[in-house]
Amino acid sequence: MRKFKVVGKSVPKVDALPLALGKPLFADDIELRGMLHAKILWSPHAHARIKNIDTRKAESLPGVHAVLCYKNVPRVIHTSAGQNWPEPSPYDIVMFDNKVRHVGDRVAAVAAETEEIAEKALGLIKVEYKPLPAVFDPERAMDKGAPVIHDEPDCKYLIPVSYNPKHNHCAHIDLEVGDFEQGVKEADFVIEHKFKTHHEQHCSLEPHTCICYFDPAGRLVIRTSTQVPFHVRRIVAQCLQVPERMIRVIKPRIGGGFGGKQEMLVDDVCAMLAMRTKRPVRLVYTRREEFTSARVRHPMVVWAKTGVRKDGTLTAIQLRVLSNAGAYGSHAMTVMNNTCAKALPLFRCENIKWIADAVYTNLIPGGAYRGYGVTQGIFPMGVMMDEMAETIGMDQVDFWKMNTIKKGETSPIFKVLSETGRGVEMIVESCSLPECIDRGAEIFGWRKKRERYKNQPDGPVKYGVGMSCMVQGGTVPLIDMASAFAKMNDDGSFNLLIGATDLGTGADTVLAQIFAETLDIPVEDVIVYPSDTDITPFDKGAYASGTTYLSGMAVLKTAEKIKEQILDVAAEILGEAKKNLQIENKAVISSKSGKRVEFGQIVKHALYSKDQFQIAAMASEFSRLPPQSFAAHFVEVAVDTETGQVKVLSYVAAVDCGTAVNPKLAEGQAEGAVLNGISYALTEEFFFDDKGRMLNPSFSDYKIFSAPDIPKITTILVPSYEPSGPYGAKTLGEVNINGPLPAISNAIYNAVGIRLRDTPFTPERVLRSLKEKGQTTRR
Amino acid sequence: MEITCKINNVEKRLVFEPHERLLDALRREGYFGVKDGCSTGDCGTCTVIVNGKAIKSCLMFAAQAKNKEIVTIEGIGTDENPQPLQRAFVETGAIQCGFCTPGMILSAKALLDKNPNPTEDEIKEAIDGNLCRCTGYVKIIEAIKLAARGRGKGENEEI
Repeated sequence: MRKFKVVGKSVPKVDALPLALGKPLFADDIELRGMLHAKILWSPHAHARIKNIDTRKAESLPGVHAVLCYKNVPRVIHTSAGQNWPEPSPYDIVMFDNKVRHVGDRVAAVAAETEEIAEKALGLIKVEYKPLPAVFDPERAMDKGAPVIHDEPDCKYLIPVSYNPKHNHCAHIDLEVGDFEQGVKEADFVIEHKFKTHHEQHCSLEPHTCICYFDPAGRLVIRTSTQVPFHVRRIVAQCLQVPERMIRVIKPRIGGGFGGKQEMLVDDVCAMLAMRTKRPVRLVYTRREEFTSARVRHPMVVWAKTGVRKDGTLTAIQLRVLSNAGAYGSHAMTVMNNTCAKALPLFRCENIKWIADAVYTNLIPGGAYRGYGVTQGIFPMGVMMDEMAETIGMDQVDFWKMNTIKKGETSPIFKVLSETGRGVEMIVESCSLPECIDRGAEIFGWRKKRERYKNQPDGPVKYGVGMSCMVQGGTVPLIDMASAFAKMNDDGSFNLLIGATDLGTGADTVLAQIFAETLDIPVEDVIVYPSDTDITPFDKGAYASGTTYLSGMAVLKTAEKIKEQILDVAAEILGEAKKNLQIENKAVISSKSGKRVEFGQIVKHALYSKDQFQIAAMASEFSRLPPQSFAAHFVEVAVDTETGQVKVLSYVAAVDCGTAVNPKLAEGQAEGAVLNGISYALTEEFFFDDKGRMLNPSFSDYKIFSAPDIPKITTILVPSYEPSGPYGAKTLGEVNINGPLPAISNAIYNAVGIRLRDTPFTPERVLRSLKEKGQTTRR
Repeated sequence: MEITCKINNVEKRLVFEPHERLLDALRREGYFGVKDGCSTGDCGTCTVIVNGKAIKSCLMFAAQAKNKEIVTIEGIGTDENPQPLQRAFVETGAIQCGFCTPGMILSAKALLDKNPNPTEDEIKEAIDGNLCRCTGYVKIIEAIKLAARGRGKGENEEI
């Protein structure tokens, strides 16, 4: 494997020091003269027709500058999903409608001198609702006579999708590779279970934040906390019915996204208020609004059926998936597709059947969330794998190794399905999953602990261990594109302008490292400027674990073009043939004469001496295939059989992300994803009342893990080399969030013999299952 | 209303409405390192140090800051000379999005000022009220340990 100078080194994040110093880097950290504050009126009903809105009192309140509702904004049907055009999400939402479809749906918005005045104005808006029957249960949503959530005639997909909103049917796809029924016949054991996963909020510490203003040239600037600035520009232009050239979107530092900001969630309203008032307008979600009026991970019901032979061969897999899209279909089909497209290639199985439906309900809409459907697909499969191994009497480690994809192999799924529909045939060119399993098991002490917990201690607390493997394909193949531009400065430093959107992950740093590696310069010589639609070239945005891989390739290609220009100029200065020249340590050296010319001299020659020109280049890359990242997770839990409390004691994540461009940042991605996954598995939960109201919209009632809750987490990076990625790198952002649900469920089973197939694994659920098991035993 | 208090060792006059929180007053004065992540005292991004104690500035009225000594993230280090915790957070990779960082560092500072050699549990306890969704806390705890070790050895003395 190649030796690198900058890649593979844990250089500090390029933005770390300013962040540590508390510099004003985030969307909300500016002050604009005359800035107005926006607030939104939310629906108290899960489903209602708005018969009338009277905004006159609100408008006449001193300090109020604009009130928006369905009566005075253009009705432009679109999707809020921040995806490539044409979006694979249904056009089923408008800025304001005369119908509300979930508690927390938009009704009206106000811009006023202060937040207090804006809030007071909301209270003066008189809304006449006609409440309609609502449906919350996804398994009831397509029943005959169920209330129709999208009865508007204009909702549609731009791409061919089986879509029937009259029956709340948001998307349907099914496929079969091989012959599932034949696979079942060939099996010695067939296992069938129903699984359920729950809502989850992203909980970025920075809420959705948008500030809109007109620059002196009369163009609208949108400063927003987004993962997808170019998509935001396009969708806001669409909603406001203005040309895109009027709009500039700036992404400052972002306080976390996790998919929640892959959405045009607040920008249209803020921009419209700025248009109406010709004043800067600020719109910031409250934490409560993040829970009630943003997006969530799609809850799913999955019926899984698998067949296995005594020798361990996996003969058949079937997943029947029902995704609860909530009130709008943002990301509904693509997330659903990933339960197959990006989850099932993990398994070596010839006979796979997958039937998937997404349905509308009167609950908060789903959206993108780290894992993006793979989490919901790996959970049932990870638990089924555990049960199959147990059934045939094989150790889980051996069973997983036997039945997971290897380097040089392919999956029939690749060809038939990607998250948007079209598949791409591909061979897995890099995979260290078998080593991940071995090293993870060894460091975790798998066999020793399995042995140890065959004898449980006396007392109420029992112990167990569980494991799961996982995969996550990066990028949306044939659709995603990234690009970069760079120019060389007088001193031999470079401005690197990237469309890529660092939302806290360290992407700016990793991309600077890839650039620096290619030109053999230190990272300090790369000045990164990210995501400004006026200045940086296009990038699809930060999602689908695509930045290191795809934006990284765009940066690498850009640097290579620059290298050629540098060598051309050096050849002229040295009077030598270009083929004898090479770049080394900020200089060009001739292998023939040994002569050397520094970058500083080269750029000055280019800028000032002869045939002057700017050394600069731009390059794009589109995704040809989704590189597969893998991981094997091992977890040890303690289950208190009296309280039902599950405590994670230790966690080992062995991860294959190809080359780790920055190992420390890579570990950070893994640790963050693992802990988010554990927190989701154990404590995070949405509670709704029978009217569809979320009952716990705060951090005190929706528990995410804090420091004292964390187990000992060990991350092991097990390198592989992906030939299609920059310096062998693949993807990393998401894969590790897929492990905790199945691994913890399996560990609980190991400890107390109950299989939890409904999430989260709260004390109530554990106790209930223990009780049921006890009764079963007594019978 | 109007009060005087000391912010980052500088005498300041704060003017605010009676209902305003210390968080609002500080941000209006340009201390943008004080973040608003929840407004309910749960997330800790608005943490500042008041008279030596880490507090959540969203839970304190601005009026309560009268004659108090307040330290914000802007007051503990500079580009040229970052405070040891700031340096340790950079070094260990404890910063991802950085939104929780100022509050996290100030909670840690309040701890280390009183207890220069904390145990891991004491560190976890001290940042219990500071949520982070990016890092899994692993490298944050490492950073605080590193800063504590630096102090213990008498290096990187506080600014």
